[in-house]
Amino acid sequence: MKNFKPVFKRELMSYFNSPVAYVFIITFLIATAGCTFYLGSFYEKMQADLSSFFMWHPWLYLFLIPAIGMRIWAEERKSGSIELLFTLPITITEAVLAKFAAAWAFVGVALLLTFPIVLTVNYLGNPDNGIILASYLGSFLMAGAYMAIACVTSALTKNQVISFVMSVIICFVLVLTGLGIFTQHLTNYVPIGVADFISMFSFTTHFNSLQRGVIDTRDIIFFVSIIASLLVANVLILEHKKHE
Amino acid sequence: MIEVQNLVKDFGDNRAVDRVSFQVSKGEVLGFLGPNGAGKSTTMKMITGFLAPTEGDVLIDGKSVKENPLETKSLVGYLPETSASYHDMTVRDFLEFIAEVRGYASTKLSNLVDDIVKKCSLTDVEHQTIETLSKGYRQRVGFAQAILHDPPILILDEPTDGLDPNQKHEMRTLIREMGKTKCIILSTHILEEVDEVCSRVIIIAKGKIVADGTPEDLRKNSSMYNRVYLSVHKAKELAVSEKLTSLPNVEKVEVISENESGLQELFVYPNNKLNILSDVSKLAQTESWVIDSLSLDKIKLDQVFRLLTTQGEIQ
Repeated sequence: MKNFKPVFKRELMSYFNSPVAYVFIITFLIATAGCTFYLGSFYEKMQADLSSFFMWHPWLYLFLIPAIGMRIWAEERKSGSIELLFTLPITITEAVLAKFAAAWAFVGVALLLTFPIVLTVNYLGNPDNGIILASYLGSFLMAGAYMAIACVTSALTKNQVISFVMSVIICFVLVLTGLGIFTQHLTNYVPIGVADFISMFSFTTHFNSLQRGVIDTRDIIFFVSIIASLLVANVLILEHKKHE
Repeated sequence: MIEVQNLVKDFGDNRAVDRVSFQVSKGEVLGFLGPNGAGKSTTMKMITGFLAPTEGDVLIDGKSVKENPLETKSLVGYLPETSASYHDMTVRDFLEFIAEVRGYASTKLSNLVDDIVKKCSLTDVEHQTIETLSKGYRQRVGFAQAILHDPPILILDEPTDGLDPNQKHEMRTLIREMGKTKCIILSTHILEEVDEVCSRVIIIAKGKIVADGTPEDLRKNSSMYNRVYLSVHKAKELAVSEKLTSLPNVEKVEVISENESGLQELFVYPNNKLNILSDVSKLAQTESWVIDSLSLDKIKLDQVFRLLTTQGEIQ
């Protein structure tokens, strides 16, 4: 893993060397604020919590994270730099982990920059900061899962648009299956047990659970194992392309 | 140093490289020639470990690229065909990144990059992002990246592509110089480059090796070797080509052109590639031909190349 660091550093720098970082961060901050205050009726609810802030994260990530992740491998393949990367003494696993970690860390930075909302709610009232912390953790883990999906779709193609559309669709399904409306509708067709089983695999289900302020290891294990298995898939795809 | 063993690469049903084997040792500069799509780049990509071979293996310093990819990769410097790099980085950041991945401690890194920047004449553009550079500069950045860790083996895919004549000359001098102590494989389309730089040539066509030897060997193997060029003023009653054909060591005579003033140009092909220049000259003297020019035809490597890659004249 000695080459994790230089690749991670290079990747993270590349976000800030391009307009991508600034467009992403500004869009994310404006969108979260807009959703929280207008759609989420933050003030009208008169509650000192951030549920109206976090409830929009699955939907914002749905577009923003594939937009960041779509380039991770597709661009390397398109520009040919992948040939350079994989003829350097770097293992595929190192490269996959480093690139994923850099992208995830970048989203983490964007998430940290939402701190004024925490200050605001603390100024206005007496929120349970434990819940807020747990929600941030949930949001960050969920972002990682989205990013891992984007990494996989990006490794499958050298076309960034295809990569983007594929990951949006997959993430959308995983958000949808956890929504109450969807699960209820599903019970018209399948037994409740099956509907519950499907919703168990939804990001929304586990994110909502963390938002309640209870850090349940099952939720953490869920996200971590989703990320891990997607990264394994990512390595296998790249390994396969080498033999193609 | 490099041992390519029975290398095969299939892309679907298409066999891009077909049982290619050769060895290159230290001190050799091997020119890898072939038409577009002949399998040159694919072979190079397998040597560098970017692509896995369908069959066969490559040994670098006795170690298998398949089994010890990290070790073999650290012995090789590679300039990819597109001189691929991270275009959003500055030249300096990029080279520092490469040095870090190549395992140089951060204390040595700066000096090392300083040296390489100077060596590859990149000082003027050191702080520019690679995307703003001209093709020639990008090629040099690619080259700088390849030689940065002073590897014993260099694989260069079209190293002079996109360079102006002066830069080409500089690059060739550099390669020749490094070829004394390293093992170098370079692919090229420019055949004059081969004569200038390479100590050995492999020609590959449709995935197979069709020739392997020094540039001089290739010329010797060609059916055109030692043919004589003759340009003669033809008197009316004189049958130049008949007389030439009757010489003992002449295989055939080919008339290239004949103009109205009676100037005839011919190629005289010898038997067994013998040197028949003096025979032809004697005959001309005894026959008192008015000769415009008589010489041993210096075959260009691209003629040999064309013959080998279009007709498959396997030596």
